[in-house]
Amino acid sequence: MAVKTLTINDRLVSARESETILEAARDAGIHIPTLCHLEGLSDVGACRLCLVEIAGSHKLQPACVTKVAEGMEVKTDSEKLQKYRRMIIEMLFAEGNHVCSVCVANGNCELQDLAVEMGMDSVHLNYQFPQRTVDLSHDRFGIDHNRCVLCTRCVRVCDEIEGAHTWDVAGRGHNAHVITDLNQPWGTADSCTSCGKCMMACPTGAIFAQGTTVSEMTKERDKLEFINTARKNQEWIL
Amino acid sequence: MNKLKLATVWLGGCSGCHMSFLDLDEWLIDLATQVELVYSPIADIKEYPEGVDIVLVEGAVANEDNLELIKKVRDRSKILISFGDCAVTGNVTALRNPFGDPEPFLQRSYLEAADIQNQIPHEPGIVPALLEQVKPVHDVVEVDVYLPGCPSNANHIRAALEMLLMGEVPHLSGKLIRFG
Repeated sequence: MAVKTLTINDRLVSARESETILEAARDAGIHIPTLCHLEGLSDVGACRLCLVEIAGSHKLQPACVTKVAEGMEVKTDSEKLQKYRRMIIEMLFAEGNHVCSVCVANGNCELQDLAVEMGMDSVHLNYQFPQRTVDLSHDRFGIDHNRCVLCTRCVRVCDEIEGAHTWDVAGRGHNAHVITDLNQPWGTADSCTSCGKCMMACPTGAIFAQGTTVSEMTKERDKLEFINTARKNQEWIL
Repeated sequence: MNKLKLATVWLGGCSGCHMSFLDLDEWLIDLATQVELVYSPIADIKEYPEGVDIVLVEGAVANEDNLELIKKVRDRSKILISFGDCAVTGNVTALRNPFGDPEPFLQRSYLEAADIQNQIPHEPGIVPALLEQVKPVHDVVEVDVYLPGCPSNANHIRAALEMLLMGEVPHLSGKLIRFG
C-alpha cells in the first residue's frame, strides 16, 4: 500500500493513498468540523463544513471525499474557511425551524455544538420559517422535519448498516425532505425494522424517540460505533 | 463618579430572562453600587429615559408596542444587549411565524381552546396589535452584544455585565453563546 506525504496546516503528514484528507487530518490529530460525516458510513460531501483549501486550486474541496495526494498542501482553518463555515451554520439555522429551547436534542445536538464552535452568537440571514410537518405515525419514533438539516445520515445508516433502505430523499432545493418508503407515513413503511439506527445517526432532534421531551434525548452513538467496529473486524464471521 | 445607567426591557418573551437576571442574588447588591437602574419591568418607571448606558432587551419584537419601544430604546441607549433566545432568534415567540397571519392563532388560543369568556381581546389603544411576523431584535434595530440562552444563564449575564462595567464591549464565545 503506497504512502503519500502531504502537509496539513504546514505540518508534514503521511497517509495511505486510499485515505481522504479528513481521515489523514484526524489521524494526525487535526480537527476539521463535519456534520454529514459519520464514522462507518459512506461520505457524500453534503454539508460542506469540511471544505479545505488546497494549494494550486481555486476551488475549495470537501475533505471527506477528497483523496490525499503526494505533495498536497492543505489548509483547514484559514480565516476564509472560518467565515464560510459560520455562514453554512447560519444558513442551516435560517433554513429550518430550529428552536433549541424546546427541542428534544437541546444540549445533545451537533448543530447546536457547531454553532458554538463557529462563534455564531446570532443569525444574520433572514429566517425562512418554512412550513414543515411532523410524522408521529411510527409506534416508537417520530420525525420532525422542522429540525432536519438534510445531512442524509439516516438514509445512509439505514441503507448501509441496517440494510433496509427505508429512508430516502424526495423533492429538490427548498422542497427537499427525507421520506420513508414510497413517501408514506413512517408507521406504514413496511421496510422499517424499527431498529432506531436513524435516530442514533441523526445529528439534531429531527428523529427522536416518542415520549422524550425537551433536552431528554441522548444519541447512543456508541451502539453504532460498536456495530461498525464489529463489522470492520469481522467479529461476527465465524 | 456618576453611576452607569442600566435599563432592562421586556418585549415578547416569558420574562424568564429577567427571572434569570434576578437569580444573580447577592451580586445584584454589588451591581446596585455600580449602576443606577433607570428603567425595568421590575421598577415602576413609565417612560424610557434618555442617556441609558447599558440596556438588556429580553424578548422578540412581536407586536406594535414592542416595535415602538425598541426603536425608542435604540435611540436612547449606548450599548444594547440582545438578551436571551427570543431577542436573539425569535425562539418560542416566533413559533407562529411559519403559519403567516396571526389571526388563526388568536382564534385557536382565545376562542377554540378557551374554557370561559371566549373572545379575542380587542381594545384599540390598549391591547397592541400583533405584527404579521415576529422578529428578532437585530432585524429591527442595531444590536451591540448578543447574549443567547433560554433563559440566559445568570452567570453568563454576570460575565457579560462585568465586562461592560469595566468599559469593554464583550464579544462573547463558547458556552456563553449557546442557544437553548
